[in-house]
Amino acid sequence: MEVFVQQLVNGLTLGSIYGLIAIGYTMVFGIIGMVNFAHGDIFMLSAFIALIFFIFLTSWLGIGSIAIALLIVLVLAMILTSLWGWAVERIAYRPLRGSFRLAPLISAIGVSIFLSNFVQVVQGARNKSIPPMVNGGITLFEDNGYAVTLAYKQIIIMAATAVLLTIFWYVVQKTPLGRAQRACEQDRKMAALLGINVDRTISLTFVMGAALAAVAGTMYLLYYGVVSFSDGFVPGVKAFTAAVLGGIGSLPGAVLGGLIIGLVETLWSAYFSIEYKDVAAFSILAIVLIFMPSGILGRPEVEKV
Amino acid sequence: MNAPSAAPTTGSPPHAATRPGQGGSEFLPAVKNAALAALVMLGLSIPIIAFRTENSMANELILLPRWRVVAVLCLIVFAVRLLLNLGGIHIARRRSAKRREILVTRVEAPTTLGQRIFFYAAPVLLGVAIGYPLITTLVNGGLSESRYWIDLGILVLTYVMLGWGLNIVVGLAGLLDLGYVAFYAVGAYSYALLAITFGLSFWICLPVAGILAALWGIMLGFPVLRLRGDYLAIVTLAFGEIIRLVLINWVDLTNGGAGIASIPRVSFFGIPFTADEDGFAATFGLEFSTMHRIVFLYYLILVLALVTNIVTMRLRRLPVGRAWEALREDEIACRSLGINTTSTKLTAFAIGAMFGGFAGAFFAVRQGFISPESFNFLESAIILSIVVLGGMGSQMGVAIAATAMVAGPEMLRNLGFLSAVFGDGFDPNEYRLLLFGAAMVAMMVWRPRGLVSHRDPSIVLGERKAISGALVKEGHG
Repeated sequence: MEVFVQQLVNGLTLGSIYGLIAIGYTMVFGIIGMVNFAHGDIFMLSAFIALIFFIFLTSWLGIGSIAIALLIVLVLAMILTSLWGWAVERIAYRPLRGSFRLAPLISAIGVSIFLSNFVQVVQGARNKSIPPMVNGGITLFEDNGYAVTLAYKQIIIMAATAVLLTIFWYVVQKTPLGRAQRACEQDRKMAALLGINVDRTISLTFVMGAALAAVAGTMYLLYYGVVSFSDGFVPGVKAFTAAVLGGIGSLPGAVLGGLIIGLVETLWSAYFSIEYKDVAAFSILAIVLIFMPSGILGRPEVEKV
Repeated sequence: MNAPSAAPTTGSPPHAATRPGQGGSEFLPAVKNAALAALVMLGLSIPIIAFRTENSMANELILLPRWRVVAVLCLIVFAVRLLLNLGGIHIARRRSAKRREILVTRVEAPTTLGQRIFFYAAPVLLGVAIGYPLITTLVNGGLSESRYWIDLGILVLTYVMLGWGLNIVVGLAGLLDLGYVAFYAVGAYSYALLAITFGLSFWICLPVAGILAALWGIMLGFPVLRLRGDYLAIVTLAFGEIIRLVLINWVDLTNGGAGIASIPRVSFFGIPFTADEDGFAATFGLEFSTMHRIVFLYYLILVLALVTNIVTMRLRRLPVGRAWEALREDEIACRSLGINTTSTKLTAFAIGAMFGGFAGAFFAVRQGFISPESFNFLESAIILSIVVLGGMGSQMGVAIAATAMVAGPEMLRNLGFLSAVFGDGFDPNEYRLLLFGAAMVAMMVWRPRGLVSHRDPSIVLGERKAISGALVKEGHG
């Protein structure tokens, strides 16, 4: 029982990170119908940006308070990763609108390979680790000498996910930008005729996705304290799984899917085998796509001839 | 789909410079735009290029500033952008005019010089491929001296074969397969395990490896039949990763991440390449040389690749091949015309996988050692990028792309002046994948139809006409 509750807590934390990445996938897929394959690598890049800023703030500027440093790192990482997201969309995806269907996906794979090797070239191939930023936690209950703890960093991660999901959900549902996004999602040509700047709306969607990936990257660094250039691929695929599982195009669905994937992964590692945890996640992707393509909260796709 | 042309293009700097109203002074906006691009580059470089993280003596991460690199990059971006802005205006105008023309001109494109070159290129390249070991021997002045070059030739041909195999699935049937390397792995492990466990020879294992890979192709293809486009790509990617993870973790069968070593070597149809009396050299009255085996491997992969090519070319003329191409163009139309899309897709998967399996068996017999790390996603991406760069569906393009992508970086490594320019310790191989990724993006942006963008129609009525690749709607399904 204690082990189960502890794994539940860990799974929800991991799932929150997946959920944050998944929102970027789901928004981009919703609006232009492409899998932004490079999103996982944007996440990895943001973790590196956060890492460098964190070292810069603590050892060069000597900021003592971890809370302030973390907040500054988060804001800076969000801004700079957004710039990357914007640049990637501008260079690699925008010229391809109206090209054949697989062109954006192939371009995205190219960006993904480029980004991970770019980071390898400029930052080296070794794992980069930093001392833990936030220590300690709350002991929820103790039984048979096994204490179930909720670490402070886990609280930060879950709270950040909840707050950001609320903010972004509000943006998509209630603001003019969100309305423009949903209009482009339904019919891009019609939206353009009605005076919506389609290119700008799509750019902003990428920027929002990248900003959320930056939060996920910072949280990943906070949680594990280690990052390497190849860390984008597997979390990226798992987050995509989460987006599909939750129903592509739905923001709460993405976070819900992320939480489920996180739980499955941790519980699978705890009770079955840790070696096959990625196999479990990848199998969920295949099973969901084959048997339940519209996901939990998504709308069924209508085939237009 | 051309929504951008309908949308107002405000906020997009390159268009601002080309707007006709501003005709008079185009220089200032161009500089402004280039400065903006440089500023973006600066933003992108902070902090990922500006600071390099290194482990210090105390094993803590320290930052090493590199602002000079950032400054150089920003200057390059500024210069390139400025040149593009000043020179690119005319290109952009010409291009948009050309695009409008395409909408009204007829399908009949005259045979261009490029196409005529390609008509003669095939036999010439084939001749070069057959004579390659001889050429390198003459150039290097000895068989043993040219070992490096023949090894490189084998590597290139392996990728040519993989490219041609994947071309069946991606180029002809229009199914984007991101897990092709799984079949390569199945072929390699089939040969390694059969040869070691049962002592079977390569010549028995080769067809078996192909058949096993084809069965896996059907097994993986069956569940994903309903999926299309991006979803199909992601699921095949997941399958590829699952196979790799199983190979790593099923230690009893595959020896896990340590891999399988001492895989039996290839024989000359039963005669081993050894120095003793029954060996190849003694049987044919030659002086023993380890190079005999290498040259034999070269011709083996050449024959395998050519078989792949010939089979593909013949299949394209069969009903199933025409069904593949029809499926690529429009799946719904296919279904309404009574083509069985299930069996069409499955045959594409199975035949593509079979050639992947052959290539895998060859890989195992050449290396003598295989491990799951040889079959990661990157390998799939490289094979896919070869097919994409070659122009999906073009056999010649795939061969050229494979040569460029595999041999190109090797050539770069041998150029001494590069390390003189970039300083010691410069290894172009480090930048190989970086260039691969950038090339894939550039290709999609500028030449989405690949290097060889014209198609020979598979079937013609009366006179044979060349079709521009721009009129072929690849990968729609």
